Amino acid sequence: MQAHQRMLDPTPNGQNSGDSPLLRTIGLTKRYGDFLANDSIDIDIWPREIHALLGENGAGKSTLVKAIYGLIQPSAGEIHWQGQRIVLSGPSEARSRGIGMVFQHFSLFDNLTVAENVALGLDGKESFKDMSARLEQVSKAYGLPLDPKREVWQLSVGERQRIEIVRALMQDPKFLILDEPTAVLTPQEADQLFIVLERLKAEGRAILYISHKLEEVKRLCDTATILRGGRRVETCNPRLETAASLARMMVGGEVKEVKAVSGRKTTVPRLVVNDLSLAPAEAHGVRLEHISFELKGGEILGIAGVAGNGQDELFAALSGERLSKDPGTVVIEGIAAGHLSITQRRKLGAAFVPEERLGHGTAPRMKLSENALLTGHAASGMVRRGFIDTAATLKTVDRATETFDVRKAKRDPEAASLSGGNLQKFIVGREILRNPAVLVVSQPTWGVDAGAAAVIRQALLDLATAGAAVLVTSQDLDELAEIADRIAVMFHGKLSAPLAASEASREKLGLLMGGSSLEPKEAAHAAGA
Amino acid sequence: MQLVLEKRAERSGTIALVSPLIAIGLTIVTMVILFAILGKNPLLALHAYFIAPLTDSYSLQEIAVKATPLVMIAIGLSLCYLANAWNIGAEGQFLIGAVAGSWIAVKTQGTDAGAWVLPAMLVLAAAAGALYALIPAICKVRFGASEILTSLMLVYVADLFLDYLVRGPWRDPHGFNFPTTAEFDPVATVPLLIEGGRLHLGSIIALLVVAAVAILLGRTIKGFEIRVVGAAPRAARFGGFNANQLIILTFAVSGALAGLAGIIEVAGPIGHLQPGISPGYGFTAIIVAFLGRLNPLGILIAGLFLALTFIGGEQAQIAMKIPLDVTKVFQGILLFYVLACDSLILYRFKLVFPNRQVTGGAG
Repeated sequence: MQAHQRMLDPTPNGQNSGDSPLLRTIGLTKRYGDFLANDSIDIDIWPREIHALLGENGAGKSTLVKAIYGLIQPSAGEIHWQGQRIVLSGPSEARSRGIGMVFQHFSLFDNLTVAENVALGLDGKESFKDMSARLEQVSKAYGLPLDPKREVWQLSVGERQRIEIVRALMQDPKFLILDEPTAVLTPQEADQLFIVLERLKAEGRAILYISHKLEEVKRLCDTATILRGGRRVETCNPRLETAASLARMMVGGEVKEVKAVSGRKTTVPRLVVNDLSLAPAEAHGVRLEHISFELKGGEILGIAGVAGNGQDELFAALSGERLSKDPGTVVIEGIAAGHLSITQRRKLGAAFVPEERLGHGTAPRMKLSENALLTGHAASGMVRRGFIDTAATLKTVDRATETFDVRKAKRDPEAASLSGGNLQKFIVGREILRNPAVLVVSQPTWGVDAGAAAVIRQALLDLATAGAAVLVTSQDLDELAEIADRIAVMFHGKLSAPLAASEASREKLGLLMGGSSLEPKEAAHAAGA
Repeated sequence: MQLVLEKRAERSGTIALVSPLIAIGLTIVTMVILFAILGKNPLLALHAYFIAPLTDSYSLQEIAVKATPLVMIAIGLSLCYLANAWNIGAEGQFLIGAVAGSWIAVKTQGTDAGAWVLPAMLVLAAAAGALYALIPAICKVRFGASEILTSLMLVYVADLFLDYLVRGPWRDPHGFNFPTTAEFDPVATVPLLIEGGRLHLGSIIALLVVAAVAILLGRTIKGFEIRVVGAAPRAARFGGFNANQLIILTFAVSGALAGLAGIIEVAGPIGHLQPGISPGYGFTAIIVAFLGRLNPLGILIAGLFLALTFIGGEQAQIAMKIPLDVTKVFQGILLFYVLACDSLILYRFKLVFPNRQVTGGAG
């Protein structure tokens, strides 16, 4: 196994530091009931190595790193650290041994300062003043500038991630685990992060880099371990692979291509937003400012942007979960709807798919038929004189199942029992089967396996081809490039003018996502500042 | 080796049905221990509690009479609890309903008012109970005040108000200074179903309420709204359902049912208004609602069961000198076990052998 990997690894990284890997798992297994989240996984991590951990959602990546970081106890198998077998009692032991981790979801307190947040994550042996000084020093040294006195709620997502990285670096880890670090970054911010990671590698540290962005992995990583269904399917050098071959290993087959119909005809405006401004509903929420756009039938408008820039607020305003005092701010099918409830907007022909599948898009502990009723009660003939037509709700479940290939254990299970991809197919199917004139979708394929993602994207394209207006909010630029006709960017509650998809390069979108403007004068100004 | 609770993929329908039975079983075991500590023969005590009341027609009727207010109140409470609205003050709504209905009975006393009196009493009692329940509901919706506290505190207001009325303005002048109104006229009394028996029309009304709410929850969009708002508030908002409206609605309905139960109790088995018209029906109904799985049919069965404990408690006191308060202990232990067993619907026990101890910890 060891020899095998070194053969595959043409870079000299591994060999530099002796014979044994920094961290090695042997037959690591984690069982949840009858389900094997990790099935006998062997992985070797060497100093001076950026090691990618690839896999679809549910492949077992999180379980593996949680075991390595001491958050969960493996059911079987061994973890060796610097050649010695270890049993971690918890994350603090992992940290004290030199294993650090940066989570995808930050654990920061909004109302505390940067320094206070970092102090909470450390052992607290040094004084707050010394710690603050060291924080500034570490953040400067690695080119991760942070003002220790600022409160977290004022910071961008990228800056918040910096806090987490600096917090991990302050413990001088030999081995750093990063869980999808670029998911929340603009392309430019990601580039900066890569420079930092290269530097950590040059210092002799090892990095385990979890991602599903294949281009990124090819560019950055020396080794890639691919997991599928809880098993390690391959360890290889990603630079010698193509994105397609990596994807095949992740999925275990060919990934279906999405087919766009060229030359879709646009018709009349079906969703118009006029100068929509809305104060945030909760503290530290984002204020929507002067948002205007027009979306015609047959068209897909993509909204890109780093999470937390007002996308959730925009969804609430468009869906009617939050109402606007001025009816004219949201016009659906030519009718001023800013003051109308979500049910009334559905009756006008609008349909909505929120980002959160469980708890927002569906009631987790209710059956699919009841979840069909959840949004279908308004306009699908499921309710007659206040009484529910159970047959009609079941028919929706069956049709969604057939049309969108929803896999489930029985005809009408609880929503929570479906996998993420299948539940998302059901939710998208539930809305599309109502033949909406306008569909507003938030993060349609977030956390969904590649097969389901292809089905969903195809469904959105087909819906637009059939004449509907589709608004897609996504953090995945590749997804928007694949399906959107025009792309606009949200930043700090403002929406940029839409770019035609053909002109929307990653660079341009990245600048907009970072808050720069594309107009030459202002661009120069931004660069100077 | 350790025992862990493991989350189930889907809620277990079997356990949902069996859990109240497990809870009852555990309660009985606990009670046996308790009786033994009290120095009573546990078998005889259990017989007095659960078997003796079922052996004669009078006790059987009495069980139905006691179950009537319990079921009516618990049905209303179940709507609140399903919608995540925590009405703890059914006792107060029960008392206010009794007071409001009695007002008509007291005012028409000795007049030749006709058959309209009883229906008017029922309607007024339901309306008063609903209005009284709306106070905590509106405080919750408008000001965010905890409905648990406000509804509970209003119980004592209602209790003292009733006390004042029967000791003051409404006291029977020929009643030897006892704090009670005069016996209600026949037109102001709930008719008996069996001449000379105990069973009255109220039990039929309770059955109708059970059927109506079963249809409401199982077949109508309003019932669906109530269930979604409680189960997944954010999804309910996405579905277009207004949680605040449902808090108001469920509080009003449960208040109306409690008020109705109150006047039926006063104008039925008791026959006049006096302090102590309720042995804690409004609180025991909370246990009935949960023991019945917040399901109308379950509540009917649970109501009958808890009524049995009331009658059995009286019998045990007479026959074996077991204090009546033991009944309340029994009911408290039962609620405790019901809530504990409910965790088995979503979780299961599992024995785990961690590999640390099996393989030994080197390193």
